[in-house]
Amino acid sequence: MSFRIGDPRVEDTAHEGGDGAARLRRTTAPVPRFGHGSRVPGWDESVDLSKDPAVIPDKETTPVPAELRAEIEAAMAKYPDRRSAVIPALHAAQAIHGWCSPEAIHQVAAVMQVTPAYLSSVATFYDMLETRPEKVGHHDVYVCTNISCSLRGADHILDAMVKVAALTDGEVHVRAFECLGACDIAPMASVDGEYVGPLTPEDTEQIVEDLRAGRPVLESKQLRFRKCADPGVAEGASDFSPPGGDVPRTDTAGLTEEARELDRPGGTAAIEMPAEEAAEEDEE
Amino acid sequence: MKLLLDRIDEPGLNRLEVYERRGGYQALRKALGMTPEEVLQNIADSGLRGRGGAGFRMGQKAGFLPHGDMDKYLVCNADESEPGTFKDRELMQKNPHMLIEGIAIASWAAELDRAFIYIRGEYRQQADILEAAIAEALEAGYLGERILDSEHSLTLVLHRGAGAYICGEETGLLDSLEGKRGNPRLKPPFPAIEGLYHGPTLINNVETLCTVPHVIRMGGAEYAKLGTETSTGTKVVSVSGDVQRPGNYEIELGIPSRELICDLAGGPPEGREIKFWFPGGSSSPVLTKDDLDIPYDFDSMAKAGTMLGSGAVIVVDDSHTVLEVAQKVAHFYAHESCGKCVPCREGTNWTVKMLRRIESGEATPMDLDIMAGVQEQIIGNCLCVLGDAMAMPIGSMIEKFRPELEAEIEAARQRADAAELHDVVPLGVADPHAGPLPVHTAR
Repeated sequence: MSFRIGDPRVEDTAHEGGDGAARLRRTTAPVPRFGHGSRVPGWDESVDLSKDPAVIPDKETTPVPAELRAEIEAAMAKYPDRRSAVIPALHAAQAIHGWCSPEAIHQVAAVMQVTPAYLSSVATFYDMLETRPEKVGHHDVYVCTNISCSLRGADHILDAMVKVAALTDGEVHVRAFECLGACDIAPMASVDGEYVGPLTPEDTEQIVEDLRAGRPVLESKQLRFRKCADPGVAEGASDFSPPGGDVPRTDTAGLTEEARELDRPGGTAAIEMPAEEAAEEDEE
Repeated sequence: MKLLLDRIDEPGLNRLEVYERRGGYQALRKALGMTPEEVLQNIADSGLRGRGGAGFRMGQKAGFLPHGDMDKYLVCNADESEPGTFKDRELMQKNPHMLIEGIAIASWAAELDRAFIYIRGEYRQQADILEAAIAEALEAGYLGERILDSEHSLTLVLHRGAGAYICGEETGLLDSLEGKRGNPRLKPPFPAIEGLYHGPTLINNVETLCTVPHVIRMGGAEYAKLGTETSTGTKVVSVSGDVQRPGNYEIELGIPSRELICDLAGGPPEGREIKFWFPGGSSSPVLTKDDLDIPYDFDSMAKAGTMLGSGAVIVVDDSHTVLEVAQKVAHFYAHESCGKCVPCREGTNWTVKMLRRIESGEATPMDLDIMAGVQEQIIGNCLCVLGDAMAMPIGSMIEKFRPELEAEIEAARQRADAAELHDVVPLGVADPHAGPLPVHTAR
């Protein structure tokens, strides 16, 4: 979900001024519309219909960052049909360019040997692929606003998050998102892929602060530390403590302290630990 | 009895070593000692029904795949996007090897050697964990060429999506996996005959596949003794919304819903009462507090005019209005409609607009009839059930809470009158003051 034109959440920040507000407006208003829904004439003027559609860029002469090329080629090799790698390729390009910019699409098209239009058709379909300008290296904050979260006050979290992020000059990109699949910690948000909740409006400032300082975001509220709610899961188990307490501290994603240092964002590091080390930890 | 959530918080369970220590991959050994037909027969005997939403029998579905030498695929649907559902997330994050073992067994039963896991892009941490687990399993010889020196080979690829509800629909998922926009396909042909890359494809939910090792370990007939006669086994249910202890609970199918909502999840907050609840994700028609004694299984829910769906219970207490929840539901489906079929694309969008009219005091009680009519025209008229998934809950809310919605309409009209904002603009007339409309083309 993007903000709608005239959405009060956007208006609020606009009154306060600042670049953030202007940026939010730009990301949220795709096409100006009349009150009854029709597009205002002239909405498509930027499209030059006299131009020929872009062709597949030349593989050899198009400059593509080496790591991006390698990543896309590795992805293509995994599937019987190379086009299956479109989403991983666009994700990779977005990570480098900040969004699916025309340049990013051109580079992916050159490596994958498909038309830019085909890639645009895919990029515009999926919520996680940005089709509007974003800063390179920005942080994505998705605030869940679906039923379970909104029953527990997600709209206030979103309001607060938008206000806080508006002051960061595009460093933090906030979006209202549909159900992120973590209704047990509602209201929640995904900060660069790290699920945190249940949130209070005050937590939003901490999120931005943590992001700026480059430390784990709102560590006491991360989903990875949360135990299963079902009291029956502990039955018959001897080597771990049953769920309980306000903030269960066992990292169920299995991350050690130093692994977590290396592991912003994502969660693979622990599993790559050497077997002996892992065994030691288990004995503890 | 816990099968899937059994000691799931054990630290390091996502590593092969711990999983093996707990008896992991023994079911795969057992299955590889049987013929594919015997494995399939065990799955069929277990009566295991799909846990993703439709509740189709897995044994039957796997049996539809043609035999013989051809490119066949197994796709694990890990695009868990039904609002209120988070069971697959917990399973994949904490016990990824159980899923991999299930996939290895299911692909042996269906005699195929190529499998994909389509995981939603938002589950970054879970995808990373799965990817590492796949690498571990490959190294230990549970995946790859000639698994455990048997005839069975399997290549397993993890594919990350990019955020689209419709990609949880099986044919939308296939299109997305082929690198296209995730538009659903016309059925038939069903994916079991013509699916991924035009090959026969078996598609199953994460939880279904996670159950397969337990079915093989216990034997199909033994597993079928759990639960009720037509809804066998255990199910992980995600309970969320206005309850004191939201989370995943594994239950034997057929227990009273009250036990699940009020005992396990702690019921509504102090001093509140349950107003209504969704028994199977936001797509299922709502039930009220009078329905709490209905057994929680596939058939009892169907008999009550709703569905078990993905097993996501969302509880709404009396501090919330029906209109508020209806707007959230409708807005979600309007946003997520892929736009391919007209009844869904237009129906979801107009439902949002009509609900907004109620809120702004422009609606009349007649609007409820029109809205109910719109829902009826969506159901059964599209390629997939996304439109139905909005039409069913909205229709049931209008049916069960009509007096409240009528009172809401009247109250909103009076509010609007009082604020002298009551200048109703006939639809179709341009009015720059009419305010914003939901922009459906947000993508």
